[in-house]
Order: sequence, then structure tokens, then C-alpha cells
Amino acid sequence: MSFRRRMRSAQKAATPPQPVAPAVPAGPAPVLIIDALGRKCPIPIILLAERIREVPIGEIVAVKADDVAARTDVPAWCRMKSQDFVREEILPRGWAFHIRRTY
Amino acid sequence: MPFFDAASTEPLHPAARAELLSALEAGWADPARLYGPGRQSRLLLDQARARVAAVLGVRPDEVYFTSSGTQAVHLAVLGALRARRRTGRHLVVSAVEHSSVLHTASTHESDGGEVTTVDVDRTGRVDPAAFAAALRPDTALACLQSANHEVGTEQPVAEVAEICRAADVPLFVDAAQSAGRADIPEGWSLLAASGHKWGGPAGVGVLVIRKHTRWRSPLPEDEREGRRVPGFENVPAAVAAAAALEARRQERAVEGPRLSALVERIRERLPRFVPDIEVVGDPVRRLPHLVTFSCLYVEGEALITELDRQGFAVSSGSSCTADTLRPSHVLEAMGVITHGNVRVSLPRGTESTDVDEFLSVLPAAIIRLRRAAGVIS
Repeated sequence: MSFRRRMRSAQKAATPPQPVAPAVPAGPAPVLIIDALGRKCPIPIILLAERIREVPIGEIVAVKADDVAARTDVPAWCRMKSQDFVREEILPRGWAFHIRRTY
Repeated sequence: MPFFDAASTEPLHPAARAELLSALEAGWADPARLYGPGRQSRLLLDQARARVAAVLGVRPDEVYFTSSGTQAVHLAVLGALRARRRTGRHLVVSAVEHSSVLHTASTHESDGGEVTTVDVDRTGRVDPAAFAAALRPDTALACLQSANHEVGTEQPVAEVAEICRAADVPLFVDAAQSAGRADIPEGWSLLAASGHKWGGPAGVGVLVIRKHTRWRSPLPEDEREGRRVPGFENVPAAVAAAAALEARRQERAVEGPRLSALVERIRERLPRFVPDIEVVGDPVRRLPHLVTFSCLYVEGEALITELDRQGFAVSSGSSCTADTLRPSHVLEAMGVITHGNVRVSLPRGTESTDVDEFLSVLPAAIIRLRRAAGVIS
């Protein structure tokens, strides 16, 4: 599926480049990390919706996931639910999606 | 059982059935031969060609029958690229083309060609200015679908065709979802369509190459279909496909707006009946018969299975459905929820009551699945 890889890289090129070195944090640290590694969508989204209430308003929750659908679904969920999608962090396996609770 | 997956395929149109049966009797012989039955086959084939050409608004000698819509796509793209190799090896495609177009682009890339993908907005629509910006002096071909097969959004084909003409780049239009259902804007150089999607039989596609478009077969030499499409022609299927296309054209003035109103009913009511649901695609510039939505917290496959149990045939762009582990590249490119996805596409003759029944069954199905997943909504 090389066209999908290509589309992915095109999308990434359109967003501002992120620092490669993880030593410099790209934003505030999450106060809650949800581990959804190995879980297929919609499980990561269900966990996020359920547990975002555990962090205070204005704080960050991070969801770790390795189902590629989460890369689309987490930002789309934030848009639908008016939560603030902060960034996508690349992990050795999967990604950590950082979300700021807005309400 | 209400069949709501017309975008995959439609049942055979009654007009096609009648002509298919008679063409099986009269059109079996080799249309390349000069004896009586061969000439009869040739006559049927060329009549079918003329009928398809009339509906598509092109000349009969620009229409070639293929063995499928996919084959028409492959031949259109690879043949145009091959003929323009001296101009360059750069290909432009939209991010939401049918997989047959994107896979052909991949083939071109692995053969040393270059591909630029043009992104779409949240509704799945290409921005003509972005498309224009992707064209280069070495661009050999540009590809844009007439309308998206998964979300129904119509693409700005007329504007992009104008841009391509000004840049002297041929435009290939994949019209598989529009042919027989909506007018296809003019100005393109090559077009592909698929018979079974408008109620013809499977096994016949249409390739249109406009006059003065450079094209060279990417396949070994073969004398069939004006040396454009290899293999013995499926004359009865071509006849039946032409009959169905003609019939669809005649029914369209009534059936198009009727189906469009049913789709509007789904678009409008569904978000009021079910919380956390997003209807995707352009609400106005869309195909008449197709609507797609995504339900938060629900697995697409589970929802399709549940609806099947309730007697409704629909499809899904979510991952884990049938043949793919990846979510739909269309939903990804649009940036909309990829799980819990359902595509409803209404075939001709869909009853208003079937749509109402669907709308009464769906909310309960979604709520049931959400409860089973432990979601309180």
C-alpha cells in the first residue's frame, strides 16, 4: 500500500515539523497517560472519552495507541467534541496523542 | 431485504436483462469475422458503442469496451502516461481517488515515475487551486474522479479540466460513481466507467479516449477494440450495459431528485436521532444516491453485521471490515472519524418506507452496540 504511505508523508509534510530529539518536550507534560497500545479503534477513543474527565480542565491527557486509525480518529474526535488536540508524539511503537481538556 | 449498497453494484436493470438475453442469442459470434453471425455481433457491438457515446456526450469512435471499470482505469492512466513519456513522468492524483487509480499510481512510481497527491478538505473535495499548483511542465497526466465513491462529494471537474487545458495536461476522469446518475462536466481527455454500477452486467467497463488525446497501449499488441483493449469482446454484456445506461438516463429526471430527497432525509434526521454521529461529505455538491456517516464508539464491522441481521445491506470504510486492516484512505484524507463508518447508497427504485424503516432501526442498533462496548451516551 505504498500510496497510503505516500499520502501519510504528504500529510506530515503539511504540518509543522516536530523536533526529532525527544529530550526537548514539545509541550506540557500529560497528567494522565492512557495506554491503548495493542487495542483497535474505537477502543482508544472509548477510553479517551471515558477518562478525560479524570484530568482537570486545561490539563493534558495522552493516549498511547498503535492502531493507525487512531491517527485520524483522535484529532477527529477532538474536533467533534470540542477538545483541544495538542500534538502527536511518535513512539518506538505507535504514537502518543496529547489532548488538552477544554471543558 | 433493502439493498443500500448501490455504490458497490446495482442489481441488473430490467432493460439490461431483456437485451442481455436476446444478445446472448444474436451476439455470440466473433465481431472481428466477416461472415453473417460475425457481422451481426459487430453490428450489436457498434450499436452499443453508439448508445453509450450518446449518453456520455462523446463520439462513438472514442468509446472502447473493457472487461471492467478497473481495466478501463488501468488502460486510461498507463496508456496516457506511456504516450506522454517524452513530456515527463509526473502524475497528479487526488488523495481520494478510487484504489484502482491509486494502485496504478503506485505502479507508475515503482517504475520510476513521480506522483503528486492533491489533498482534499473536510468534505472530501479537491481545491482547484491546489490541483493547479501540483501541475508541472513535466506532468504527463492528471487524475480526478467525478465524485467520490465513499462519501459522494462531487469534485470540481469543470474547473480542474479548464486548469489542465491551460497547462496542456490531459485530465483523466474516473466517472464510475457518476455515469448514469449525474452529468459529467466536459473538458476531460480520458474517462473510465463501470457497467455494473449503473445496472448493467458485471464484466463490462467503458474507456473513453477523446480525439487528439495521445494514448499508447501499455499492453502487448492486440487488434480488438481499435487496438486499445485486448481480448475478445463481451458483446452481450456491452449491449446490456448500453441498454441499462440509456434507461438510467431516461429515468434520471424523476429518479435522481427522488433518491436525493431520501438521502437528504437520512442526512438531516440521523444526527437528531443519534448522539455522537457525524454525517460526512459535501451536503449539497454530492451524488444523489449516497450518504456516509460515522458513529463514535462503534466498530464499523459490528454495525454492518447488526444492520445485516436487521435486513439492511450497507457497506463501511472502517478498518477490520472484510478485506482490509486499514481504515479507508478517503476518510483518512478528509480527517473524519474512521471507525463506526457506514455508507448508504440507494439503488434505483428504493422505497421511501425502506429508508424510514432504516432510520427507525439504526439508532437502536447503535445504542445497543455502544452499551455492549461499555459506553454510556
